[in-house]
Amino acid sequence: MDPLILAGRKFTSRLLVGTGKFSSNAAMVAAMEASGCEIVTVALRRVDIDNPKDSILAHIDRQKYLLLPNTSGARDAEEAVRLARLARAAGCEPWVKLEVTPDPFYLLPDPIETFKAAEILVKEGFIVLPYINADPVLAKRLQEIGVATVMPLGAPIGTNKGLKTREQIAIIIEQAIVPVVVDAGLGAPSHAAEAMEMGADCVLVNTALAVARDPGAMGAAFKKGVEAGREAYLAGLGEQRQQAEASSPLTGFLHR
Amino acid sequence: MPFYDEISTYDPQRLEDEILAKTSSEVERALATPHLRLEEFKALLSPAAANYLEPMAQRAHRLTVQRFGKTILMYAPLYLSNECSNGCRYCGFNAGNKMARRTLTLDEIATEARVLHERGFRHLLLVTGEAPKLADNKYLCAAVERLRPLFSSMSIEVYPMDRTGYAQVVTSGVDGLTLYQETYDPALYAEMHPFGKKRDYNFRLAAPEAAAAAGIRRIGIGALLGLGKFRNEGFFTGLHALYLARHYWRTHLAVSFPRMRPADGGFQPLHPVPDRDFVQLICALRLLLPDVGLVMSTRESATLRDHLLPLGITQMSAGSCTSPGGYAEHDDSGQQFVIDDDRNHREVAAMIARQGYEPVWKDWDPAFHLSD
Repeated sequence: MDPLILAGRKFTSRLLVGTGKFSSNAAMVAAMEASGCEIVTVALRRVDIDNPKDSILAHIDRQKYLLLPNTSGARDAEEAVRLARLARAAGCEPWVKLEVTPDPFYLLPDPIETFKAAEILVKEGFIVLPYINADPVLAKRLQEIGVATVMPLGAPIGTNKGLKTREQIAIIIEQAIVPVVVDAGLGAPSHAAEAMEMGADCVLVNTALAVARDPGAMGAAFKKGVEAGREAYLAGLGEQRQQAEASSPLTGFLHR
Repeated sequence: MPFYDEISTYDPQRLEDEILAKTSSEVERALATPHLRLEEFKALLSPAAANYLEPMAQRAHRLTVQRFGKTILMYAPLYLSNECSNGCRYCGFNAGNKMARRTLTLDEIATEARVLHERGFRHLLLVTGEAPKLADNKYLCAAVERLRPLFSSMSIEVYPMDRTGYAQVVTSGVDGLTLYQETYDPALYAEMHPFGKKRDYNFRLAAPEAAAAAGIRRIGIGALLGLGKFRNEGFFTGLHALYLARHYWRTHLAVSFPRMRPADGGFQPLHPVPDRDFVQLICALRLLLPDVGLVMSTRESATLRDHLLPLGITQMSAGSCTSPGGYAEHDDSGQQFVIDDDRNHREVAAMIARQGYEPVWKDWDPAFHLSD
């Protein structure tokens, strides 16, 4: 598969994995390993970021995985910025998955606060990966200020509903000048494949792995889904048609 | 419009009649609906739903795993004071009960907190009675400031306050509130609270709103099961949660199911809630409120807690002591009620893991509310 370049860094996997909701750290590691991912995101609220012996951090081999701290739980820009700074101060690389989700019910991202936080963090030298609703104009505004990716949601976090925002994501991909990561809502490898076939650069998956009966096996299945989708995109998918097409019913006379 | 105005539109007797009249076909329709409305919630609280406990439990389990994953948040209560000037007829701290009264000093609080910190707890619930002269906001804030560096999340279960009072505790570092209405039935409430500041039903009912407006992040509500009839109390608990979710949409909500335990004073539950009804109530609330935390304390037996865990529970306490000073001094005298599940934190965490869940000790960070 062709490499993914994110903020000037090369990755061979196009699948990012989240670490929440797993039944144990062993299940989390099994999913990470089998998925072939190279970037894992960790909620700063769940870990003692200063403590290398923290039960989650101790299970993530930093030689192998880029640890992408996320600001899950932040209700506004100020909180998100504070959390990001905390992670950097603790020695993390300056990458941050920016999540500002003031609504605890659907965990939908706040576009206004996300934009404000991104502006501050980009200025401070962070590599910012913002989680957003599938809003093409917001995606463009964020790209203008220098975020490293945009991460539109396929469906609300944890719903496993797939690409409910497909039409909007298609516009974001069409217009993007940074990699597009489809994040949230992908419940099956076929959803991941669908996003990749559309031309998404990568996808992020968490709940679908965490709540699977066998998270390791599901990690492997998503790996294949992502790879198949990417390869199909590169190979060039045929156009979908409503009807079978006869050879030249209206212009055949020209060839006679 | 405050919640009081909304709940006042209900006639408790008429509500009960409506719930009792629900039929099997209405229960089945409720079980097939993705987002429950109040009529469907009533069906799930009805006697007709008693024959559908298994499908309700299955759906509650699936919804919870999807939303919260296979995790259980661990917390511990820390009792600061059992002084109380209220006369709640069901409570061990009732001012009329002759019992050892004690308000911990800041040093004693720190000693207790260190025991819980060493056990691994990072989510702490501070508990007091209502004794404004002995344990007021100044005392509470001093305790919170003292303990803040040790814990990720600090919640309180104390006397209700107005918005100014909650703003004070938020500034000191409190991020969560647990406040049970005890009973949503005003007449029964008046009967159960013969004297003391707690007599004011409306003030207590308005407190969660005041807390949310003052910036408390997590709010837990509930009815004391055994006082009013569980179907009505369950309905109003659900209605209250929906109200808070609509009006304070940034606030995380949780519902607890405190079922009456033997307490000093010997009060007998007016409407005991047997296990089958208890399970029905938990599942019905989960189906109404898929995103709300459901809390199960050590009031319940070890066996029952083990079985309730997969039905939608997201938070559990373990190794709890309900008397001030009880953790460090191993002394249960002066307790609010007798706990049932007396396993220690390690045993409970091991049980959670055996059931295929991860016990989560930290799911918040002081950085959310402490400025740079």
